[in-house]
Amino acid sequence: MAVTIAEVGRSTARSLSAGEATGLLLYRNFLAYRRAWYIFATGFLEPLLYLFSIGVGVGALVGDFTFNGQSVPYAEFVAPGMLAASAMNGSVLDSTFNFFFKLKYNKLFDQMLATPLTTLDIARGELSWSLLRGGIYSAGFLLVMLAMGLVSSWWAVLVVPAALLIGAAFGAVCMALTTWMRSWQDFELVTLATLPMFLFSATFFPVSAYPGVVRWVVEATPLYRGVVLCRELTTGAVTWASAVSVVYLVAMVVVGLLLCRRRLDTLLLT
Amino acid sequence: MTLSEPGSMIHAADLRKSFGGFEAVRGIDVDVRPGEAFGFLGPNGAGKSSTMRMVAAVSPVSGGTLRILGMDPATDGPAIRARIGVCPQEDTLDTELTVWENLFVYGRYFGLPKAEVREKVEELLEFVQLTDKAKAMVDDLSGGMKRRLTIARSLVNSPELLLLDEPTTGLDPQARHVVWDRLFRLKQQGVTLVLTTHYMDEAEQLTDRLVVMDKGLIVAEGSPLALIAEHSTREVAELRFPVAAEGGTHEPLAESVADLAERVEVLPDRLLLYTHDGEETMAKVHERGLEPIATLVRRSTLEDVFLRLTGRTLVD
Ligand SMILES: Nc1ncnc2c1ncn2[C@@H]1O[C@H](COP(=O)(O)OP(=O)(O)O)[C@@H](O)[C@H]1O
Ligand SMILES: [Mg+2]
Repeated sequence: MAVTIAEVGRSTARSLSAGEATGLLLYRNFLAYRRAWYIFATGFLEPLLYLFSIGVGVGALVGDFTFNGQSVPYAEFVAPGMLAASAMNGSVLDSTFNFFFKLKYNKLFDQMLATPLTTLDIARGELSWSLLRGGIYSAGFLLVMLAMGLVSSWWAVLVVPAALLIGAAFGAVCMALTTWMRSWQDFELVTLATLPMFLFSATFFPVSAYPGVVRWVVEATPLYRGVVLCRELTTGAVTWASAVSVVYLVAMVVVGLLLCRRRLDTLLLT
Repeated sequence: MTLSEPGSMIHAADLRKSFGGFEAVRGIDVDVRPGEAFGFLGPNGAGKSSTMRMVAAVSPVSGGTLRILGMDPATDGPAIRARIGVCPQEDTLDTELTVWENLFVYGRYFGLPKAEVREKVEELLEFVQLTDKAKAMVDDLSGGMKRRLTIARSLVNSPELLLLDEPTTGLDPQARHVVWDRLFRLKQQGVTLVLTTHYMDEAEQLTDRLVVMDKGLIVAEGSPLALIAEHSTREVAELRFPVAAEGGTHEPLAESVADLAERVEVLPDRLLLYTHDGEETMAKVHERGLEPIATLVRRSTLEDVFLRLTGRTLVD
């Protein structure tokens, strides 16, 4: 048996297209996560629990709400907020902790770079994975909203791509930032950034509750852009202003991805 | 500019690598021919891994010329990596996957079709004797098994050139011999092997030709036998003494026997007498009334070559 000499009739190794490379990275992550599906499940449950306790429970005390001039039940107001937040959470988990583990401990990327794969393939593939995860979460969440009668417009179909965009934006930026992390302790900073966003980005109450400057700050946070975008879609209040959110999030994807690739070059191709 | 020898697997001319202000590789010239087993022998910090990483097209060249399979790693990285196999110094196995999945997924990174990779994985598991570990997680393997898995992985794309950075460092003697045996078979199959090591016996056993590296430079080049013939004597008489007291050396002892050998090396715990006939020299040493605590007559090795060229031992 000749183990190495290329044998007649066998294909020769070659570089991969962007699509093939992304597919393979997704496949690799699927194999790895198959053994830890319950971690997958908790990420889905969290926003659902919030929806039940706050949206439905607290909602019973609060009553209806005026959003963009229309009267909306509180649960219907909170649900899209939770959807956006779940897209953020799913993607932040993958692009911080899991990305760090692959980068520093599993030496996964060093391994990949010994093959025809490139740093851009890695950045793109890992981002697609967090996207896929975020997408599954939000599609599931949308079904729950539908079942609970919390969707009042056909625009809501677009909420899944919107959630993907939110996931991609957070994923790309978090991956880039993670390349600067030195130890697990540094991840406290992630919680420090995402928890306040989760609580205050007009998720549970409208942004009009804030006084002038604070309101401006909140409106500039990425999660707020995601929350209003989802809410505009599920309540059917889509306007040109929604495009601002889209552009904002797309910019995060592009900048995050390019930065991440640059950092992987400096860290791994030494 | 130096022209590449035709068909050269690796061609390096005045190759350099710097990290910040520190130059780890300080201008080396290397040509590796097809089918050859080529070695980089040198102590820790010599610049072996830095060189290997440049050759593996994962580390940008800081200066000089480098061609791998006739291609420039700066512009053809993926194409080069598609045709070579790499066994890095530190295992980079995927700890979240099983042994089988490690090989399969890695093979797919080379754009090979599923069915072919599946077949190849079975062959390779057989080759490195890990078939019964196919379903094990990587963390449950011994050090020797991990190394063998890494070697199997480096072969998944049927490479024309195989780079092995310290393939047996950290393995126990038995595990080392298993790895040597596998590498020897690859060599017989005509794979071009390039390996680094700081074990002189590994270099002697596996390589046809090697360069001795020290502090980022090549200090000698040739076949193991030629290097020994050129830089050492046939035999060595070793005289072991108690370790010299703080501040003292065995220098005076060395002077008393200097005329008995072509050359005498003084180490903290022994004298090495380089001579054509070790037994005869040893007899004369005893006639002079010296009383070493132990003696040994042996053939010269690459270790002696290294000592001669650098004044230091390979493994410290
Ligand atoms: N990424 C790096 N950054 C800074 N210095 C490095 C880096 N890699 C290697 N070095 C230094 O370069 C020298 C040569 O290292 P290396 O090539 O690993 O030697 P060897 O493999 O022969 O032990 C060492 O002094 C090492 O500390
Ligand atoms: Mg090394």
